[in-house]
Amino acid sequence: MSKKSYERPYIQKLNTGTMNKFGTKTEYAPVTAIEGVPVKKLIADYGSPVFVISERQIRKTYHEAVRAFKTRYPKVQFAWSYKTNYLNAVCNIFHQEGSWAEVVSMYEYQKAIQNGVPGKKIIFNGPDKSIEDLSIAVDNESLIHIDHLDELYLLVELLENKKKKARVAIRVNMDTGIYPMWDRFGFNYENGQAWNAINKIMSHPELMELVGLHCHIGTYMLSANAYSVAAWKLSDLAMNIQLRYEKTISYLDLGGGFASANTLKGSYLQGSDIIPSVDDYAEAITSTLLNFGFKQENLPTLILETGRAMIDDAAHLLGSVIAIKRLSDGRRSIVMDFGVNILFTAFWYNHKISPAQEFSHHVEDMVVYGPLCMNIDCVRESVTLPLLNRGDNVVVHRVGAYNMTQWMQFITMRPKVVLIDMDGKTHIIRENETLDTINQMEKMPKHLKSINL
Amino acid sequence: MYVNKNLAISDTGFIFNPSTGDSFSTNEVGKFIIDLLKQKKSKEEIISQIVLHFNVDKVNADKDLSDFFAMLKSYQLMLDENE
Repeated sequence: MSKKSYERPYIQKLNTGTMNKFGTKTEYAPVTAIEGVPVKKLIADYGSPVFVISERQIRKTYHEAVRAFKTRYPKVQFAWSYKTNYLNAVCNIFHQEGSWAEVVSMYEYQKAIQNGVPGKKIIFNGPDKSIEDLSIAVDNESLIHIDHLDELYLLVELLENKKKKARVAIRVNMDTGIYPMWDRFGFNYENGQAWNAINKIMSHPELMELVGLHCHIGTYMLSANAYSVAAWKLSDLAMNIQLRYEKTISYLDLGGGFASANTLKGSYLQGSDIIPSVDDYAEAITSTLLNFGFKQENLPTLILETGRAMIDDAAHLLGSVIAIKRLSDGRRSIVMDFGVNILFTAFWYNHKISPAQEFSHHVEDMVVYGPLCMNIDCVRESVTLPLLNRGDNVVVHRVGAYNMTQWMQFITMRPKVVLIDMDGKTHIIRENETLDTINQMEKMPKHLKSINL
Repeated sequence: MYVNKNLAISDTGFIFNPSTGDSFSTNEVGKFIIDLLKQKKSKEEIISQIVLHFNVDKVNADKDLSDFFAMLKSYQLMLDENE
Protein backbone atom coordinates (compact mmCIF):
# COMPACT_ATOMS: atom_id res chain seq x y z
CA MET A 1 0.00 0.00 0.00
CA SER A 2 1.50 3.34 -0.97
CA LYS A 3 1.36 5.84 1.85
CA LYS A 4 -0.14 9.29 1.59
CA SER A 5 2.04 12.35 1.97
CA TYR A 6 2.07 13.58 5.54
CA GLU A 7 1.25 17.04 6.75
CA ARG A 8 1.25 17.55 10.49
CA PRO A 9 -2.27 17.69 11.96
CA TYR A 10 -3.72 21.15 12.15
CA ILE A 11 -6.90 22.65 13.52
CA GLN A 12 -7.97 26.26 13.49
CA LYS A 13 -11.01 27.85 15.02
CA LEU A 14 -13.05 29.79 12.49
CA ASN A 15 -14.04 33.22 13.68
CA THR A 16 -16.80 35.32 12.19
CA GLY A 17 -17.45 38.99 12.67
CA THR A 18 -13.78 39.98 12.78
CA MET A 19 -13.22 40.59 9.10
CA ASN A 20 -10.29 42.74 8.09
CA LYS A 21 -11.04 44.59 4.88
CA PHE A 22 -7.37 44.45 3.95
CA GLY A 23 -7.18 40.70 4.57
CA THR A 24 -4.14 38.95 5.92
CA LYS A 25 -1.18 38.53 3.64
CA THR A 26 -0.45 34.84 3.40
CA GLU A 27 3.00 33.85 2.19
CA TYR A 28 2.36 30.31 1.06
CA ALA A 29 3.36 30.72 -2.57
CA PRO A 30 6.62 28.77 -2.57
CA VAL A 31 9.86 30.22 -3.92
CA THR A 32 11.76 27.18 -5.08
CA ALA A 33 14.50 28.87 -7.11
CA ILE A 34 16.52 32.09 -7.21
CA GLU A 35 17.35 33.21 -10.76
CA GLY A 36 16.67 29.66 -11.93
CA VAL A 37 18.97 28.01 -9.38
CA PRO A 38 16.99 25.70 -7.06
CA VAL A 39 16.95 26.76 -3.42
CA LYS A 40 17.56 23.14 -2.38
CA LYS A 41 20.70 23.01 -4.53
CA LEU A 42 22.00 26.31 -3.17
CA ILE A 43 21.58 25.05 0.38
CA ALA A 44 23.07 21.65 -0.47
CA ASP A 45 26.11 23.28 -2.10
CA TYR A 46 26.71 26.22 0.24
CA GLY A 47 25.02 25.32 3.53
CA SER A 48 22.22 26.88 5.49
CA PRO A 49 21.79 29.73 6.12
CA VAL A 50 23.28 31.41 3.05
CA PHE A 51 22.91 34.84 1.46
CA VAL A 52 22.27 34.72 -2.29
CA ILE A 53 22.73 37.81 -4.46
CA SER A 54 21.50 38.18 -8.02
CA GLU A 55 23.86 40.09 -10.34
CA ARG A 56 21.05 40.32 -12.89
CA GLN A 57 18.73 42.06 -10.41
CA ILE A 58 21.43 44.53 -9.33
CA ARG A 59 22.07 45.56 -12.92
CA LYS A 60 18.35 45.70 -13.72
CA THR A 61 17.60 47.96 -10.75
CA TYR A 62 20.57 50.15 -11.60
CA HIS A 63 19.48 50.50 -15.22
CA GLU A 64 15.95 51.45 -14.14
CA ALA A 65 17.30 54.15 -11.81
CA VAL A 66 19.68 55.51 -14.44
CA ARG A 67 16.89 55.59 -17.03
CA ALA A 68 14.58 57.43 -14.62
CA PHE A 69 17.12 60.20 -14.02
CA LYS A 70 18.98 60.45 -17.33
CA THR A 71 15.82 60.73 -19.38
CA ARG A 72 14.88 63.75 -17.25
CA TYR A 73 18.22 65.49 -16.63
CA PRO A 74 21.34 65.77 -18.78
CA LYS A 75 24.08 65.37 -16.16
CA VAL A 76 23.64 62.50 -13.71
CA GLN A 77 26.23 60.51 -11.79
CA PHE A 78 25.53 57.66 -9.38
CA ALA A 79 27.93 56.84 -6.54
CA TRP A 80 27.67 53.47 -4.83
CA SER A 81 27.02 53.80 -1.11
CA TYR A 82 29.62 51.42 0.33
CA LYS A 83 28.03 51.15 3.77
CA THR A 84 24.88 49.67 2.26
CA ASN A 85 26.77 46.64 1.00
CA TYR A 86 30.53 46.73 0.66
CA LEU A 87 31.19 43.20 -0.47
CA ASN A 88 33.81 43.81 -3.15
CA ALA A 89 31.98 41.82 -5.82
CA VAL A 90 28.82 43.84 -5.23
CA CYS A 91 30.74 47.13 -5.35
CA ASN A 92 32.39 46.15 -8.61
CA ILE A 93 29.06 45.39 -10.29
CA PHE A 94 28.06 48.99 -9.58
CA HIS A 95 31.49 50.28 -10.63
CA GLN A 96 31.26 48.31 -13.89
CA GLU A 97 27.96 50.06 -14.50
CA GLY A 98 29.63 53.45 -14.00
CA SER A 99 28.97 54.22 -10.34
CA TRP A 100 31.58 56.14 -8.42
CA ALA A 101 32.22 55.20 -4.76
CA GLU A 102 30.65 56.97 -1.78
CA VAL A 103 32.46 56.10 1.44
CA VAL A 104 32.17 57.19 5.06
CA SER A 105 35.38 55.87 6.62
CA MET A 106 38.99 55.19 5.71
CA TYR A 107 38.15 51.47 5.83
CA GLU A 108 35.57 51.94 3.09
CA TYR A 109 37.88 54.37 1.27
CA GLN A 110 40.64 51.77 1.14
CA LYS A 111 38.18 49.15 -0.10
CA ALA A 112 37.19 51.47 -2.94
CA ILE A 113 40.84 52.11 -3.83
CA GLN A 114 41.58 48.36 -3.76
CA ASN A 115 38.55 47.78 -5.99
CA GLY A 116 40.21 50.04 -8.53
CA VAL A 117 38.12 53.17 -8.13
CA PRO A 118 40.21 56.24 -9.09
CA GLY A 119 40.65 58.60 -6.16
CA LYS A 120 38.97 61.40 -8.13
CA LYS A 121 35.81 59.33 -8.26
CA ILE A 122 35.55 58.69 -4.53
CA ILE A 123 33.20 60.83 -2.47
CA PHE A 124 34.44 60.92 1.11
CA ASN A 125 31.50 61.57 3.45
CA GLY A 126 31.02 61.13 7.17
CA PRO A 127 31.85 62.90 10.42
CA ASP A 128 35.01 60.91 11.23
CA LYS A 129 38.00 61.82 9.08
CA SER A 130 41.40 61.99 10.75
CA ILE A 131 44.18 64.24 9.47
CA GLU A 132 45.80 61.14 7.98
CA ASP A 133 42.53 60.24 6.22
CA LEU A 134 42.17 63.75 4.87
CA SER A 135 45.78 63.74 3.69
CA ILE A 136 45.23 60.57 1.65
CA ALA A 137 42.00 61.96 0.20
CA VAL A 138 43.73 65.22 -0.78
CA ASP A 139 46.62 63.34 -2.41
CA ASN A 140 44.12 61.26 -4.42
CA GLU A 141 42.07 64.36 -5.36
CA SER A 142 38.96 62.78 -3.89
CA LEU A 143 35.82 64.79 -3.21
CA ILE A 144 35.87 65.64 0.49
CA HIS A 145 32.43 66.37 1.90
CA ILE A 146 33.00 68.42 5.03
CA ASP A 147 30.67 67.55 7.90
CA HIS A 148 31.58 70.08 10.62
CA LEU A 149 33.77 73.10 11.33
CA ASP A 150 36.34 71.04 13.22
CA GLU A 151 36.90 69.04 10.06
CA LEU A 152 37.15 72.24 8.02
CA TYR A 153 39.79 73.71 10.37
CA LEU A 154 41.69 70.42 10.38
CA LEU A 155 41.68 70.43 6.59
CA VAL A 156 42.90 74.04 6.44
CA GLU A 157 45.75 73.17 8.81
CA LEU A 158 46.66 70.15 6.71
CA LEU A 159 46.53 72.01 3.41
CA GLU A 160 48.65 74.90 4.70
CA ASN A 161 51.40 72.39 5.41
CA LYS A 162 50.86 70.31 2.29
CA LYS A 163 50.82 73.20 -0.17
CA LYS A 164 48.13 71.33 -2.05
CA LYS A 165 44.60 72.23 -3.03
CA ALA A 166 41.60 70.11 -2.07
CA ARG A 167 38.30 69.59 -3.89
CA VAL A 168 35.60 69.97 -1.27
CA ALA A 169 31.87 70.16 -0.73
CA ILE A 170 29.85 70.72 2.41
CA ARG A 171 27.07 68.55 3.70
CA VAL A 172 23.95 70.61 4.32
CA ASN A 173 21.08 69.60 6.61
CA MET A 174 17.69 71.22 6.25
CA ASP A 175 14.00 71.13 6.99
CA THR A 176 12.30 69.34 4.11
CA GLY A 177 9.00 68.90 5.91
CA ILE A 178 9.66 65.38 7.09
CA TYR A 179 10.12 64.00 10.57
CA PRO A 180 12.61 63.28 12.02
CA MET A 181 14.77 66.00 10.54
CA TRP A 182 18.32 64.77 10.16
CA ASP A 183 20.36 67.66 11.57
CA ARG A 184 23.25 65.80 13.16
CA PHE A 185 25.28 65.71 9.96
CA GLY A 186 26.57 68.75 8.14
CA PHE A 187 25.66 72.42 8.38
CA ASN A 188 22.13 73.73 8.73
CA TYR A 189 20.56 75.62 5.86
CA GLU A 190 17.87 77.55 7.71
CA ASN A 191 19.96 79.04 10.52
CA GLY A 192 22.84 80.13 8.28
CA GLN A 193 25.44 77.55 9.33
CA ALA A 194 25.76 76.30 5.76
CA TRP A 195 26.34 79.77 4.33
CA ASN A 196 28.84 80.48 7.12
CA ALA A 197 30.80 77.34 6.19
CA ILE A 198 30.68 78.28 2.50
CA ASN A 199 32.11 81.73 3.30
CA LYS A 200 34.92 80.16 5.32
CA ILE A 201 35.79 77.82 2.47
CA MET A 202 35.64 80.60 -0.10
CA SER A 203 38.03 82.62 2.06
CA HIS A 204 40.75 80.03 1.34
CA PRO A 205 40.79 79.96 -2.48
CA GLU A 206 44.45 78.94 -2.48
CA LEU A 207 43.73 75.86 -0.35
CA MET A 208 40.29 74.62 -1.34
CA GLU A 209 37.94 74.63 -4.27
CA LEU A 210 34.28 74.38 -3.38
CA VAL A 211 33.07 72.09 -6.14
CA GLY A 212 29.81 70.74 -4.74
CA LEU A 213 27.00 70.83 -2.22
CA HIS A 214 25.65 67.71 -0.56
CA CYS A 215 22.65 66.70 1.50
CA HIS A 216 21.16 63.44 2.72
CA ILE A 217 17.76 64.19 4.15
CA GLY A 218 16.83 60.86 5.69
CA THR A 219 16.38 57.18 5.07
CA TYR A 220 13.48 55.12 3.68
CA MET A 221 11.87 58.35 2.53
CA LEU A 222 8.18 57.92 1.75
CA SER A 223 7.80 61.44 0.35
CA ALA A 224 9.32 62.28 -3.02
CA ASN A 225 8.37 65.91 -2.44
CA ALA A 226 10.95 66.17 0.36
CA TYR A 227 13.64 65.73 -2.32
CA SER A 228 12.13 68.59 -4.27
CA VAL A 229 12.51 70.83 -1.20
CA ALA A 230 16.10 69.61 -0.71
CA ALA A 231 16.99 70.20 -4.37
CA TRP A 232 15.55 73.72 -4.16
CA LYS A 233 17.56 74.60 -1.04
CA LEU A 234 20.83 73.27 -2.46
CA SER A 235 20.12 75.14 -5.72
CA ASP A 236 19.50 78.30 -3.72
CA LEU A 237 22.91 77.98 -2.08
CA ALA A 238 24.58 77.23 -5.43
CA MET A 239 22.92 80.23 -7.06
CA ASN A 240 23.98 82.54 -4.22
CA ILE A 241 27.57 81.27 -4.49
CA GLN A 242 27.40 82.12 -8.20
CA LEU A 243 26.08 85.60 -7.48
CA ARG A 244 28.43 86.46 -4.63
CA TYR A 245 31.62 84.73 -5.68
CA GLU A 246 31.06 84.21 -9.43
CA LYS A 247 31.86 80.59 -8.72
CA THR A 248 29.93 77.85 -10.51
CA ILE A 249 29.15 74.84 -8.34
CA SER A 250 29.94 71.69 -10.36
CA TYR A 251 27.58 69.28 -8.69
CA LEU A 252 24.68 68.92 -6.29
CA ASP A 253 24.71 65.63 -4.39
CA LEU A 254 21.19 64.74 -3.24
CA GLY A 255 22.45 61.74 -1.26
CA GLY A 256 20.30 58.67 -0.86
CA GLY A 257 17.39 57.51 1.25
CA PHE A 258 15.09 56.19 -1.48
CA ALA A 259 12.84 53.50 0.01
CA SER A 260 12.95 49.83 -0.96
CA ALA A 261 9.82 47.68 -1.12
CA ASN A 262 10.37 46.19 2.33
CA THR A 263 7.56 46.75 4.82
CA LEU A 264 8.49 48.85 7.83
CA LYS A 265 7.39 47.53 11.22
CA GLY A 266 4.18 49.24 12.26
CA SER A 267 3.24 50.05 8.68
CA TYR A 268 -0.45 49.40 7.99
CA LEU A 269 0.14 48.69 4.30
CA GLN A 270 2.75 46.65 2.47
CA GLY A 271 5.90 48.58 1.60
CA SER A 272 5.49 47.92 -2.11
CA ASP A 273 2.07 49.63 -2.01
CA ILE A 274 3.20 52.88 -0.42
CA ILE A 275 6.74 53.70 -1.53
CA PRO A 276 7.35 56.27 -4.28
CA SER A 277 8.78 54.84 -7.49
CA VAL A 278 12.25 55.81 -8.66
CA ASP A 279 10.47 57.88 -11.33
CA ASP A 280 8.65 59.81 -8.59
CA TYR A 281 11.95 60.66 -6.89
CA ALA A 282 13.56 61.52 -10.24
CA GLU A 283 10.70 63.79 -11.27
CA ALA A 284 10.75 65.66 -7.94
CA ILE A 285 14.49 66.30 -8.04
CA THR A 286 15.12 66.97 -11.72
CA SER A 287 12.13 69.21 -12.33
CA THR A 288 13.21 71.36 -9.37
CA LEU A 289 16.76 71.66 -10.72
CA LEU A 290 15.66 72.36 -14.29
CA ASN A 291 13.14 74.98 -13.22
CA PHE A 292 15.32 76.73 -10.68
CA GLY A 293 16.89 79.13 -13.15
CA PHE A 294 20.43 77.88 -13.74
CA LYS A 295 21.94 78.95 -17.05
CA GLN A 296 22.29 75.92 -19.28
CA GLU A 297 26.11 76.03 -19.09
CA ASN A 298 25.98 76.28 -15.27
CA LEU A 299 23.59 73.38 -14.75
CA PRO A 300 25.16 71.32 -11.97
CA THR A 301 25.78 67.59 -12.27
CA LEU A 302 23.29 65.66 -10.16
CA ILE A 303 24.98 63.05 -7.96
CA LEU A 304 22.92 60.33 -6.28
CA GLU A 305 24.15 58.03 -3.53
CA THR A 306 21.11 55.83 -3.22
CA GLY A 307 21.97 52.45 -1.69
CA ARG A 308 19.01 50.65 -0.18
CA ALA A 309 16.71 50.95 -3.20
CA MET A 310 19.47 49.71 -5.51
CA ILE A 311 20.43 46.51 -3.70
CA ASP A 312 17.65 45.36 -1.34
CA ASP A 313 15.71 43.40 -3.97
CA ALA A 314 18.81 41.64 -5.27
CA ALA A 315 19.56 39.54 -2.19
CA HIS A 316 17.75 36.69 -0.47
CA LEU A 317 18.59 34.85 2.72
CA LEU A 318 17.97 31.11 2.53
CA GLY A 319 17.50 29.23 5.76
CA SER A 320 16.06 26.13 7.39
CA VAL A 321 13.62 25.29 10.15
CA ILE A 322 15.32 23.99 13.30
CA ALA A 323 12.25 23.38 15.45
CA ILE A 324 8.50 23.85 15.70
CA LYS A 325 7.14 24.82 19.09
CA ARG A 326 3.99 26.04 20.73
CA LEU A 327 4.14 28.99 23.09
CA SER A 328 2.33 29.11 26.42
CA ASP A 329 -0.50 31.18 24.98
CA GLY A 330 -1.14 28.68 22.19
CA ARG A 331 0.66 30.54 19.44
CA ARG A 332 2.79 28.54 17.05
CA SER A 333 6.48 29.42 16.93
CA ILE A 334 9.26 28.20 14.71
CA VAL A 335 12.99 28.42 15.24
CA MET A 336 15.10 29.17 12.16
CA ASP A 337 18.83 28.72 11.67
CA PHE A 338 19.27 32.44 10.97
CA GLY A 339 18.82 35.19 13.52
CA VAL A 340 19.00 38.93 13.96
CA ASN A 341 22.80 38.78 14.14
CA ILE A 342 22.91 38.22 10.38
CA LEU A 343 19.51 39.74 9.57
CA PHE A 344 19.90 43.06 11.31
CA THR A 345 17.09 44.62 9.26
CA ALA A 346 14.59 42.35 11.05
CA PHE A 347 14.62 45.09 13.70
CA TRP A 348 13.17 47.55 11.15
CA TYR A 349 11.22 45.47 8.67
CA ASN A 350 8.59 42.78 8.59
CA HIS A 351 10.59 40.81 6.07
CA LYS A 352 8.64 38.72 3.60
CA ILE A 353 9.36 35.04 4.22
CA SER A 354 8.37 32.39 1.67
CA PRO A 355 8.51 28.61 1.97
CA ALA A 356 10.88 26.93 -0.47
CA GLN A 357 8.69 23.88 -1.06
CA GLU A 358 5.07 23.12 -1.88
CA PHE A 359 2.49 22.94 0.90
CA SER A 360 -1.26 22.51 1.17
CA HIS A 361 -3.47 25.57 1.51
CA HIS A 362 -3.51 25.28 5.31
CA VAL A 363 -1.63 28.07 7.07
CA GLU A 364 -1.07 29.19 10.62
CA ASP A 365 -0.02 32.37 12.36
CA MET A 366 3.36 32.02 13.94
CA VAL A 367 6.29 33.78 15.56
CA VAL A 368 9.59 33.27 13.77
CA TYR A 369 12.61 33.11 16.06
CA GLY A 370 16.29 32.85 15.23
CA PRO A 371 18.75 30.35 16.74
CA LEU A 372 20.39 32.69 19.25
CA CYS A 373 19.92 32.02 22.94
CA MET A 374 18.83 35.62 23.40
CA ASN A 375 15.27 36.87 23.82
CA ILE A 376 15.74 39.64 21.26
CA ASP A 377 16.29 37.14 18.48
CA CYS A 378 12.89 37.44 16.83
CA VAL A 379 12.75 37.61 13.03
CA ARG A 380 8.98 38.06 12.65
CA GLU A 381 6.59 38.67 15.55
CA SER A 382 3.61 37.45 13.56
CA VAL A 383 3.49 35.93 10.11
CA THR A 384 1.14 33.54 8.37
CA LEU A 385 2.98 30.61 6.85
CA PRO A 386 2.19 27.03 5.78
CA LEU A 387 2.66 24.07 8.11
CA LEU A 388 6.44 24.06 8.11
CA ASN A 389 8.39 21.11 9.45
CA ARG A 390 11.89 20.71 10.82
CA GLY A 391 14.35 20.80 7.95
CA ASP A 392 12.08 22.73 5.59
CA ASN A 393 13.68 25.65 3.80
CA VAL A 394 12.53 29.23 3.61
CA VAL A 395 13.50 32.29 1.59
CA VAL A 396 13.71 35.74 3.18
CA HIS A 397 13.26 38.51 0.62
CA ARG A 398 14.91 41.90 0.13
CA VAL A 399 17.91 41.55 2.43
CA GLY A 400 20.55 43.21 0.23
CA ALA A 401 20.87 46.49 2.10
CA TYR A 402 22.75 46.81 5.39
CA ASN A 403 22.64 43.15 6.44
CA MET A 404 25.99 42.19 4.95
CA THR A 405 27.60 45.24 6.55
CA GLN A 406 25.84 45.47 9.92
CA TRP A 407 25.84 41.73 10.63
CA MET A 408 27.54 40.51 13.78
CA GLN A 409 29.55 37.49 14.67
CA PHE A 410 27.50 36.76 17.77
CA ILE A 411 26.94 33.25 19.12
CA THR A 412 26.97 31.86 15.58
CA MET A 413 29.28 32.51 12.64
CA ARG A 414 28.43 34.58 9.61
CA PRO A 415 27.49 32.41 6.61
CA LYS A 416 28.64 32.30 3.01
CA VAL A 417 27.48 34.87 0.49
CA VAL A 418 26.87 33.52 -3.01
CA LEU A 419 26.48 35.54 -6.21
CA ILE A 420 24.44 34.21 -9.13
CA ASP A 421 25.97 35.77 -12.24
CA MET A 422 24.29 36.81 -15.49
CA ASP A 423 24.62 33.25 -16.85
CA GLY A 424 23.10 31.61 -13.77
CA LYS A 425 26.47 30.41 -12.47
CA THR A 426 27.09 30.60 -8.74
CA HIS A 427 30.18 32.08 -7.09
CA ILE A 428 31.12 32.34 -3.44
CA ILE A 429 31.87 36.04 -2.90
CA ARG A 430 32.40 35.75 0.85
CA GLU A 431 33.35 32.62 2.73
CA ASN A 432 31.62 31.61 5.93
CA GLU A 433 33.47 32.25 9.16
CA THR A 434 34.98 29.41 11.14
CA LEU A 435 36.29 29.08 14.67
CA ASP A 436 39.77 29.81 13.31
CA THR A 437 38.56 33.05 11.71
CA ILE A 438 37.53 34.34 15.10
CA ASN A 439 40.31 32.82 17.17
CA GLN A 440 43.09 34.24 15.01
CA MET A 441 42.18 37.68 16.35
CA GLU A 442 42.62 36.61 19.96
CA LYS A 443 45.76 36.35 22.06
CA MET A 444 46.15 34.21 25.20
CA PRO A 445 48.37 35.48 28.05
CA LYS A 446 50.94 32.82 28.98
CA HIS A 447 49.60 32.30 32.50
CA LEU A 448 46.14 31.47 31.13
CA LYS A 449 47.27 28.94 28.57
CA SER A 450 46.73 25.86 30.70
CA ILE A 451 43.70 24.89 32.69
CA ASN A 452 43.23 21.90 34.93
CA LEU A 453 39.63 20.96 35.53
CA MET B 1 -9.95 10.82 26.50
CA TYR B 2 -12.70 11.26 23.92
CA VAL B 3 -14.17 13.74 21.47
CA ASN B 4 -17.74 14.89 21.41
CA LYS B 5 -19.52 12.20 19.37
CA ASN B 6 -21.93 14.82 18.03
CA LEU B 7 -19.15 16.70 16.22
CA ALA B 8 -20.04 17.11 12.56
CA ILE B 9 -17.06 16.72 10.23
CA SER B 10 -17.25 17.24 6.47
CA ASP B 11 -15.01 15.46 3.98
CA THR B 12 -13.12 18.71 3.41
CA GLY B 13 -12.25 19.11 7.10
CA PHE B 14 -14.93 21.54 8.23
CA ILE B 15 -15.93 20.78 11.85
CA PHE B 16 -19.05 21.98 13.65
CA ASN B 17 -19.52 21.57 17.39
CA PRO B 18 -23.30 21.64 18.03
CA SER B 19 -22.75 21.99 21.79
CA THR B 20 -21.09 25.37 21.50
CA GLY B 21 -21.85 26.54 17.96
CA ASP B 22 -18.12 26.80 17.23
CA SER B 23 -16.72 25.77 13.88
CA PHE B 24 -13.20 24.74 12.94
CA SER B 25 -11.06 23.83 9.98
CA THR B 26 -8.72 20.86 9.96
CA ASN B 27 -6.49 19.14 7.42
CA GLU B 28 -6.47 15.54 6.20
CA VAL B 29 -4.34 14.16 9.02
CA GLY B 30 -6.36 16.11 11.60
CA LYS B 31 -9.61 14.68 10.26
CA PHE B 32 -8.06 11.18 10.26
CA ILE B 33 -7.17 11.58 13.95
CA ILE B 34 -10.58 12.96 14.98
CA ASP B 35 -12.32 10.07 13.19
CA LEU B 36 -10.17 7.61 15.18
CA LEU B 37 -10.85 9.47 18.43
CA LYS B 38 -14.57 9.17 17.75
CA GLN B 39 -13.97 5.40 17.50
CA LYS B 40 -12.40 5.61 21.00
CA LYS B 41 -8.94 4.58 19.77
CA SER B 42 -6.04 5.09 22.18
CA LYS B 43 -3.12 7.42 21.48
CA GLU B 44 -0.85 4.45 20.70
CA GLU B 45 -3.39 3.00 18.27
CA ILE B 46 -3.77 6.35 16.54
CA ILE B 47 0.01 6.71 16.14
CA SER B 48 0.17 3.21 14.62
CA GLN B 49 -2.60 4.07 12.18
CA ILE B 50 -0.94 7.35 11.17
CA VAL B 51 2.38 5.61 10.54
CA LEU B 52 0.54 2.87 8.59
CA HIS B 53 -1.32 5.28 6.31
CA PHE B 54 0.97 8.29 6.02
CA ASN B 55 4.58 8.84 5.08
CA VAL B 56 5.90 9.74 8.55
CA ASP B 57 7.98 8.07 11.24
CA LYS B 58 6.69 7.21 14.69
CA VAL B 59 8.70 9.86 16.53
CA ASN B 60 7.34 12.72 14.47
CA ALA B 61 3.82 11.29 14.48
CA ASP B 62 3.94 11.09 18.28
CA LYS B 63 5.29 14.64 18.62
CA ASP B 64 2.69 16.11 16.28
CA LEU B 65 -0.14 14.13 17.85
CA SER B 66 0.70 15.44 21.32
CA ASP B 67 0.57 18.99 20.01
CA PHE B 68 -2.70 18.28 18.20
CA PHE B 69 -4.26 16.84 21.35
CA ALA B 70 -3.29 19.99 23.25
CA MET B 71 -5.05 22.09 20.62
CA LEU B 72 -8.17 19.89 20.73
CA LYS B 73 -8.27 20.29 24.50
CA SER B 74 -7.78 24.05 24.30
CA TYR B 75 -10.73 24.22 21.91
CA GLN B 76 -12.72 21.95 24.29
CA LEU B 77 -13.20 19.38 21.56
CA MET B 78 -11.46 16.65 23.53
CA LEU B 79 -12.07 15.79 27.14
CA ASP B 80 -10.49 13.35 29.59
CA GLU B 81 -12.62 10.32 30.58
CA ASN B 82 -13.44 11.75 34.02
CA GLU B 83 -14.51 15.15 32.67
